[in-house]
Amino acid sequence: MKKLWNNKTTRTNLTTYLVVTVAFVVMQLMSSFGQLGSAMKGYLIPVCAYIVMAVSLNLLVGVCGELSLGHAGFMGIGAFTGIVIAALLQDAIPNDTLLLVVAMFAGGIMAGIFGFLIGIPALRLRGDYLAIVTLAFGEILKNIFSNLYVGLDSEGLHMAVSTGKVQLLEGGRMILDGPVGATGITKLSTFPMGFVLILFTLFVVLNLINSKEGRAIKAVRDNRIATESVGINVTAFRMKAFVVSAFLAGMAGTLFGLNFSSLQASKFNFNASINVLVFVVLGGMGNILGSVISTAVLYILPEAMRGLDDLRMILYAVVLIIVMLFTWSPSVKNAVQSVTASVQEKLRKNKKEAVNNE
Amino acid sequence: MNEYSRKMIKVSSVNLFREQDAGKPPVLDVRNLGIDFGGLTAVDGFNMTIGPTEISGLIGPNGAGKTTIFNLLTSVYQPTRGSILLKGIDTKGMNTAKVNKLGIARTFQNIRLFNDMTALDNVKVGMHNEIKCSFLASLLHLPSYYKSEKKANEKAMELLDFMGLADIADQKAGSLPYGVQRRLEICRALASNPAIILLDEPAAGMNPSETAELMHQIRRIRDTFQIAIFLIEHDMNLVMNVCEGIVVVNYGKIIAKGTPEEIKNNPAVIEAYLGKKKEADA
Ligand SMILES: Nc1ncnc2c1ncn2[C@@H]1O[C@H](COP(=O)(O)OP(=O)(O)O)[C@@H](O)[C@H]1O
Ligand SMILES: [Mg+2]
Repeated sequence: MKKLWNNKTTRTNLTTYLVVTVAFVVMQLMSSFGQLGSAMKGYLIPVCAYIVMAVSLNLLVGVCGELSLGHAGFMGIGAFTGIVIAALLQDAIPNDTLLLVVAMFAGGIMAGIFGFLIGIPALRLRGDYLAIVTLAFGEILKNIFSNLYVGLDSEGLHMAVSTGKVQLLEGGRMILDGPVGATGITKLSTFPMGFVLILFTLFVVLNLINSKEGRAIKAVRDNRIATESVGINVTAFRMKAFVVSAFLAGMAGTLFGLNFSSLQASKFNFNASINVLVFVVLGGMGNILGSVISTAVLYILPEAMRGLDDLRMILYAVVLIIVMLFTWSPSVKNAVQSVTASVQEKLRKNKKEAVNNE
Repeated sequence: MNEYSRKMIKVSSVNLFREQDAGKPPVLDVRNLGIDFGGLTAVDGFNMTIGPTEISGLIGPNGAGKTTIFNLLTSVYQPTRGSILLKGIDTKGMNTAKVNKLGIARTFQNIRLFNDMTALDNVKVGMHNEIKCSFLASLLHLPSYYKSEKKANEKAMELLDFMGLADIADQKAGSLPYGVQRRLEICRALASNPAIILLDEPAAGMNPSETAELMHQIRRIRDTFQIAIFLIEHDMNLVMNVCEGIVVVNYGKIIAKGTPEEIKNNPAVIEAYLGKKKEADA
C-alpha cells in the first residue's frame, strides 16, 4: 500500500477518486437531512453530467491537444438516443436503474459511432481547422435534432425528418417532436447513478492515460515526428481518443436528458460546448481532478448567485479571470510556487529542529 | 513479412565493408535516391548499401544533405527520384510508422524526446508495438494490462541499463543533460526493435569523455543486437574509429565512398571537407 502511495500517478488518481466520493457522500447526506435547497437539489444531476462532459473533453483538449468545439453535439446524441431507448424498452425492462444503464450505453454507443464518422474527415485536420469543423458538426447535429420526429405506437418506432410522415396508430405517442423537443420523458436519472457514471468516466479516462495508448497519445502531442519514428500510427490514436471522448459525452447526455420531463435540442448548442471548454481550461489542461472541481464550482456559481441579478454575470466573469490567472499566468504561478516553497522550507526547518532537540 | 513478399526484389551481390556480412543481403539498399525542394536539389543520385551488421558513417559539410537523406530513409520525405529497399522491400509510399515497423529507427539532430514524460516512459513509447495489450484491456485495466506493463517495464529498464541510464529512469526527459538526452534517444530507437538504426550527430554537444563512452556504446549496440548502424557525425575521431564504411556527401551528391583509410587519403574528400580542417590545424 505504501509503495502504491509513493507512485505519483497512482497517488493523483486515488486522490481524484477520493475527492469525488467524499463530495458525493457529503451531498447525499445533506440532501437526506434536508440541508439542500430544492434549486440545489435540481443541479446535482446536471452537474454530474457536466463533470463527465468536462473530463471527456479534457481527454481530447488537455491530453491529446486537440481543440474540439462540438462536444455538446455528442451530448445531444446521447440524450435523444437515451430518451428514445428508454421509451422503447420501458415495458421490457421494469427495473429503472437497469433501464437507465441500458439507455446510457445506447446513448454512448450512438455518440461513439457518430464520433467515428465525424472523425474520419475531421481528424485529417489540426488545430484551428479541427476546431472549426467540430464547431460546425455540433451545430449541424443540433439542427438535425430540431427537425427529428420519432413516434412510438403498437407497431414500434416511426422516424421522420418532417412532421407529416409520422402517422401513429391509436394509443401511439411522439417521443421527439421536432423543434418542440422531447416531451413526457420518464425521469430515470438519479444522483447516485450520476456519481457512478462519474466514477466510470474517471476509471476509463485515467486508465487510458496510464496505458500504452495514453503514452502514445501524450507522445503525439509532445512530438509527432518522433512518435511516428517509433512505429506509432498517429491518426489511429487520435481517432481512438476521439471516439472514447464522444462515447462518454453520449453517456453524460443520456444522464442529462433523462433528468428532465422535457428537453429541447437548443440545450446542446455552441454555448454549451464552450461552457464545457471553459470548465476544462480553467480546471487545467490534462488535469482530470481540476476539471471535476472547476465544473462543480462554475456550474453552480451562476445559479447560486441568481439573487444578485445583474451583478451575477459580472461576478462570474471576475471569478473566471481570477481562476485563469491562477492556473495560467506564469507570474502568478511563480509567486504561488515561491510562497509554497518557502512555507515548505520553514516546515522542514521546524521538523529538523524538532528532531535535533530530541 | 508475407504482406510485403510480392514487393520483394532480388538483391544483386554487393560489396559490403564488413567481412561478417559477406554474402548476406544488405539490410538497406538505396538506389539513385534524390529529392528536390522547389528548385533546390537537396539530394541527388545517392546510392549505397549497408550490410546487416555494419557500422557506416555519413559525413559532409553542413547543409550537404545528410539529414535530408535520413528523412528520406525514414519516409519523413517522399523521394523525388530513386528507391529505398529496406530488407529487400521497396518502402515507396509507406509512412514513417510503417517503415519503422519494417525495421528502421532513428535519432534526431535536434533532439526530439517526449520532454514531459519520464525517461522510462520515453523508452516504453518506443516499445509501443511490442506491448501486447488490447485497447479494451487498456481502458479497463484487465489482468493482461498489468502483465504487459510489467513485462514492458522490465525490458525498458534493461535497455536503459544497457545504455547506462538506469539511474535516471524516473526523471523527466526534458530535465536531463544534453549528452544523456542523446543516449536516451538511442535507447528509445532501440526499443522499437529495428534492423538498422540511424543516428543523426549522436556526439553533438557531448564532452570528450562522453564521446569516448558513446563510441564504445555504438560498437556494443551492434555486437549485442546484431543490427546495422548508420550515423552522421562531425567528430572525425569517432567516425574513423567506429565506422567500417564511410560515405561522403557534398551539395547533395556522393563525392567519395570507402573504408576509413581510403576516405582519409581521398583527395576529393580532403579538399571538400577534411582539407579545411587540416588547414586550420596547420
Ligand atoms: N523541408 C525542406 N524544405 C526546403 N529545403 C530543405 C528542407 N529540408 C532540407 N532542406 C535543404 O536541404 C539542404 C540540406 O539540408 P540538411 O540535410 O539538413 O543538411 P545537413 O544535415 O547535411 O547539414 C539545405 O540546403 C536545406 O536548406
Ligand atoms: Mg543535419
